[in-house]
Amino acid sequence: MAGQRGFWADWSFAKLALGATILVLVILLAVFVVLYKESSLAISTFGVWKFITSQVWNPPLDKFGGAPAIFGSVVSTVIAITIAVPVAIGIAIFLTEIAPHFLRTPVGVAVELLAAIPSIIYGMWGLFFFAPFMRDKVQPVIHATLGKIPVIGQWFSGYTPGIGLLTASIVLSIMILPFTAAIARDSFKMVPDILKESAYALGATKWDVMKDVVIPYAKLGVIGGIILSLGRALGETMAVTFVMGNQPVIPKSLLEPATSITVTLANEFTEADTDLYLSSLFYLALILFVMSFLVIVIGKFFFLKRVER
Amino acid sequence: MAYVINPDEPAKIKVENLNFYYGSKQALKNISFNVPEKKITALIGPSGCGKTTLLRCFNRMHDLYPGNKYEGRILLDGENILEKDYDLIRLRSRVGMVFQKPTAFPMSIFDNVAYGLRLKGIKNKGELQDRVEKALKDAALWEEVKDRLNDPASGLSGGQQQRLCIARAIAVEPEVLLFDEPTSALDPISTAKIEELVVSFRDKLTIIIVTHNMQQAARVSDYTAFMYMGELIEFNRTDEIFVKPKEKLTEDYITGRFG
Repeated sequence: MAGQRGFWADWSFAKLALGATILVLVILLAVFVVLYKESSLAISTFGVWKFITSQVWNPPLDKFGGAPAIFGSVVSTVIAITIAVPVAIGIAIFLTEIAPHFLRTPVGVAVELLAAIPSIIYGMWGLFFFAPFMRDKVQPVIHATLGKIPVIGQWFSGYTPGIGLLTASIVLSIMILPFTAAIARDSFKMVPDILKESAYALGATKWDVMKDVVIPYAKLGVIGGIILSLGRALGETMAVTFVMGNQPVIPKSLLEPATSITVTLANEFTEADTDLYLSSLFYLALILFVMSFLVIVIGKFFFLKRVER
Repeated sequence: MAYVINPDEPAKIKVENLNFYYGSKQALKNISFNVPEKKITALIGPSGCGKTTLLRCFNRMHDLYPGNKYEGRILLDGENILEKDYDLIRLRSRVGMVFQKPTAFPMSIFDNVAYGLRLKGIKNKGELQDRVEKALKDAALWEEVKDRLNDPASGLSGGQQQRLCIARAIAVEPEVLLFDEPTSALDPISTAKIEELVVSFRDKLTIIIVTHNMQQAARVSDYTAFMYMGELIEFNRTDEIFVKPKEKLTEDYITGRFG
């Protein structure tokens, strides 16, 4: 019977789709459980607050504090976003409103190709070209200018080997640029032509239309995109490992070597010779997991949800 | 040949041998007629006949997109607005436009109406307030919004938003106001209100309205232009066109034989 066959086909397809969905949730949960179980020794030894705030990372003494790694992750991400967002919005404005039509597609594709460069290549480029460039050309200038300002000057002074927090943040900003620009461009594209035309019809210039209509209309989508980029920057490992410097301290200056959660994990698993060392690394991984998870949840559900309406 | 009876009233706009091209595709063919001052002129015709294309020539909206080309002249008070270096910002503050769909900006009701005024450089709070109030009263919206001028415009109904757009357009005191099927997205009651408004501007503004609704053209306009396949077929007083059309095509269209 055809009806019977149709019923079973529908039923099994529905169950298959349901199974696939459940599998994703199970994997998510399984990862969390493993991280939690493996880090339980460190959690019971150091507690939550003490681990997050302690700056001592001393494997020979079995003393582990997460503050330098967490600091490095948060600060490099924030700096990367601060650099990437204005540039990305500039690219998006250029591509949607300013560029001549024949240029829009090739330039758009070129920006997207930045995303196709594997992370390790950014790392090699960062270590062998960009870090020496920062050391020889950029950091002396930063020293002589920003470094002289009272109070915040100390963030831009000190020992400058080229690799360090600022260099890592800049490489990171280049890596998240294409994604951020693509989301901003898509948000700007969603602004209806008729809305822009109404502003032009009142005597607005291109700049007025951008500032008063396009950006306010697309604002929530752009913010959502920025938050998703934040999640990407937070988890980026390979390139940052090359140029961060791998010093488990909170540096006094942005020009000095530092570490981040991903850098610590990439460098130290092979050296973890005690149970507490290994467990502390898992603890850092758990913290990164929770941070990334929260960032993506906020970006996706709080901002992008509102745009869809 | 087109049957064009130019009005006895003084012409606000003279269209002379206008051709218009989207890239290589010709959308308007050799159009000539006079738009009378402070009267309501309707542009009618089947979809794709070029009525909206013609309307968008009057404020050079086509210049926003590449590859569009005008030929011929459009004289606004004797000045050819199709000159290459014509000041479009000034043109658009003299020739306002209301679109098919309400297009409230993502800002408050007050700021929407004040938008064009601010673009003109008016910063004085008192003057802005007076002119926004006057525009909203002229657009018959004041009573409905006077207590919530600072609320976002997106909270208004479709019909209210369209009246807001009309208020925004008349706030800058244009000489000509273009309507591009202003009621096509609205219910009958909102449509009636918009039509009432359009009629209330007669003798104050020169109005050109594109409509696919022949009853609407008959109800509101003084003059009607019937277009077909990019050509102006007939232009005459509205009562003449609807009662005694001179061209066979016009007659077929208004009697509903095609369209």
